[in-house]
Amino acid sequence: MTIASVVNRRDFLKTGAAGGVALVIGFHLSPRAFADQAAEQEKKIPNPFDAWVRITPDNRATLILGKSEMGQGIMTALPMILAEELCLDWKNVKVEQAPTNPKVYDLGTGGSGSVAGSWLPLRRAGAAAREMLIAAAAQKWEVSPDTCKAANGQVVHGHPQRYLSYGELVEAAAKLPVPNFNTVPLKNSDDFTVVGHDTHRFEGRSKATGAAKFGIDSRVPGLLFAVVARCPVFGGKLASFDAAKAKEVPGVRDVISFETSGRGASTTGGVAVLADNSWAAMQGRKALVVKWDEGPAANESSAELHKHFLANAAKGGKALRNDGDADSVLSSSPKKIEAAYELPFAPHACMEPMNCTVQIRPDGAEAWVPTQAPQWAQGVIAEAAKLPPEKVIVHTTLMGGGFGRRYQADFVMEAAQLAAKSSGKPVMVLWTREDDMQHGFYRPASYHKLQGALDANGNLAAWKHFQTSTSIAAKWNEKPEEDSGLGEFGSGATIPYVTPNIRLEYTLAESSVPRAWWRSVEHSSSGFVVESFIDELAAAAGQDPLAFRMKIIGGDRKIPMFGNDKEPPLDTARLKGVLQLAAEKAGWGKPLPKGVGRGIATFYSFNSYTAAVAEASVQNGAIKVHRLVYAVDCGRPINPEGVRAQVESAAIYGLSAALHDAITISGGRVEQSNFNDYGMPRMNETPKTEVHVVMSKEDPTGIGEPGLPVVTPAVCNAIFAATGKRLRRLPIRSEDLA
Amino acid sequence: MAISFTLNGKATSVDVSPDMPLLWVLRDTLNMTGTKFGCGMALCGACTVHINGEATRSCITAVSSIAGKKVTTIEGLSADGSHPVQQAWMEEDVPQCGYCQSGQIMSAVALLSKKPKPTDADIDDAMSGNICRCGTYQRIRKAIHRAASMQAKA
Repeated sequence: MTIASVVNRRDFLKTGAAGGVALVIGFHLSPRAFADQAAEQEKKIPNPFDAWVRITPDNRATLILGKSEMGQGIMTALPMILAEELCLDWKNVKVEQAPTNPKVYDLGTGGSGSVAGSWLPLRRAGAAAREMLIAAAAQKWEVSPDTCKAANGQVVHGHPQRYLSYGELVEAAAKLPVPNFNTVPLKNSDDFTVVGHDTHRFEGRSKATGAAKFGIDSRVPGLLFAVVARCPVFGGKLASFDAAKAKEVPGVRDVISFETSGRGASTTGGVAVLADNSWAAMQGRKALVVKWDEGPAANESSAELHKHFLANAAKGGKALRNDGDADSVLSSSPKKIEAAYELPFAPHACMEPMNCTVQIRPDGAEAWVPTQAPQWAQGVIAEAAKLPPEKVIVHTTLMGGGFGRRYQADFVMEAAQLAAKSSGKPVMVLWTREDDMQHGFYRPASYHKLQGALDANGNLAAWKHFQTSTSIAAKWNEKPEEDSGLGEFGSGATIPYVTPNIRLEYTLAESSVPRAWWRSVEHSSSGFVVESFIDELAAAAGQDPLAFRMKIIGGDRKIPMFGNDKEPPLDTARLKGVLQLAAEKAGWGKPLPKGVGRGIATFYSFNSYTAAVAEASVQNGAIKVHRLVYAVDCGRPINPEGVRAQVESAAIYGLSAALHDAITISGGRVEQSNFNDYGMPRMNETPKTEVHVVMSKEDPTGIGEPGLPVVTPAVCNAIFAATGKRLRRLPIRSEDLA
Repeated sequence: MAISFTLNGKATSVDVSPDMPLLWVLRDTLNMTGTKFGCGMALCGACTVHINGEATRSCITAVSSIAGKKVTTIEGLSADGSHPVQQAWMEEDVPQCGYCQSGQIMSAVALLSKKPKPTDADIDDAMSGNICRCGTYQRIRKAIHRAASMQAKA
């Protein structure tokens, strides 16, 4: 993911929160931005006992979580880091969601950046608190702090040992000077007892007992449930409506029309039916008679978009990168291949439909929001309520999936707009599955033309990648024409394969369909395209796909990320490491049952290295994935079991968009509506999946998303190995396998 | 008109529209939010409860149809998370976002009550109506086998 030419996540949120035109993309913070953030936090957190840890005299420790939990395990991983430096016994730790305070906590959860961005700041905060507790004990005992140490929630001194519990020390400790965050001593990683150890998910019990509270479970006295009729055509608006029948539905209390917010939070407006319960609100919506002004997008369709793609490809795009002279090498090379790939819009389809609960009183507002961006939610509600942000209390709830969808604030703005019109009554906006499927912010649709040439020795002589897509930047940038399109390539702009001639071209394809960050964002398409085409080149070269990759990755080196000097370079040694590990664990080269093929893919994303080997076959006209073997290097794994879980999850998420359905457009609207026409992988389709985690000592990097980009190409390459058929468009259709 | 049924062992009576699905009676009338709304069309299984011991999609079950019957929800499996299936779910670290897991657990409990030692094929059959967007299926399978052996030892 690039942040060149675009604004980073914090700026995005600042702008969004101010209600202005929301910009962009790239909500993945670069390491430099992490460092900036760390520096900012140093200034902003004078006392870790105010911000990150609360210890009570009865010796209970509560660690504060400044990120949102959407299934990725951050409610476990970040407190583990604090607990490590604080020398707390993990079994006795509690975790609490941070309040919305942008002066202390981060501005959002996304871009697989939470652990990477919090690693150093939380270690320092935890270490500072530990040193303050030690200092308080030393004062009490009148000894040097150097002779005391912390262990298991106590400070220990002398022989025979004497102890003071943190609970006994905290009152004095919190009043001591806070150590300099730049120099506070951090634990030696060889002494880690929490970080790097498999740890059960903190909130696992509540999720196994039904006690866990998601946004949709918010219950406030007097709550009204609102279901909204929105124009089915993107960009359309309300023309007129008749609410008489809706108001006759038992339980319906009110029918309210509201305008599009039209700004950062990007709501469609529409007609809301407010009722005593969700069911009545849904029945009320069915009874509405609404006329829409469908607007200029009413003729858009996926068929037209496909033609638009082909026309763009025929013309060629503007060059974004041009090393050497790929065009002449391609025209003169005796051995060259060309292939086109196409990917559709893809929905997030979080299991918990979008929802948000807001109550606005004259003196303040309170909200319960399943959001990846609580600070933005706070700003949005403040705008609708005409209150200063500090008068808006946002409770960040657990999320039934996020995957980037809950980085948006459209559903928050809807709830705020309706609450502002409801005389102080609390309002929950509840989306149905159909609303969720048809009013999302989808992974962009894209079309790619790849050309490659091989020299006499089977090396890569030239690489050319043309892409046209409905880019994310064009959806959010005020001046979409100013965006180069480089962000749409992700790490595909910096292939790890040695060649003197690389050319990248891009053309924007216009569309009214809203787009945004879907799990692994542009890497989800780039991984498929690059790793499928490399496999095609390997076949053209008559070489084994693994051996070919190893050969053209070449020697150990660090490749700067093209157009983005803020990202750390791609380390080919680590990439080859995961390729070899996955291949070895999968038994690469060993015989397979008849009809089953083996495929491999590797990718660098969110500063992590991933490789996957798939075993797959065609059964009854459909793909059967038998086994997936992953190797991942995401730096130091905080919770290795959590890392494995995330990779297993990303694999299934990736397969959902490869093996099942597409979001297609007709008449300017989404044709799919529920899980009957947008299918999901299910238990009977789940391959045996192994995840091998490199126990690296490098600083941790992303893991919520990096498992995704490799799964589809690994499976498609396995199908090629089994059947000789190349799969170049997603989702895979039975006719492509015949 | 009041409709009476037994909910997690307790006599319960609600006065709601008879066509209101049980899901919304549980969630909005009785504030028992452990049972989840996912699709409203019996396509995802997030709303699964037991009616007279049978796994049932509460989102399409009119409350009038359960008069006099026994309903068990995730909250009724155990008071403290001690049910073997819940224990197995924690041990295998099944939940990620966790939203679908009430329904998954209710489907799994129903399966184990009929087939105390389910095969992988039994698990495919019984569990393929439940969608998990986090893709925790492999861990669900392991947890069901684990729960089966825990129950066999008990």
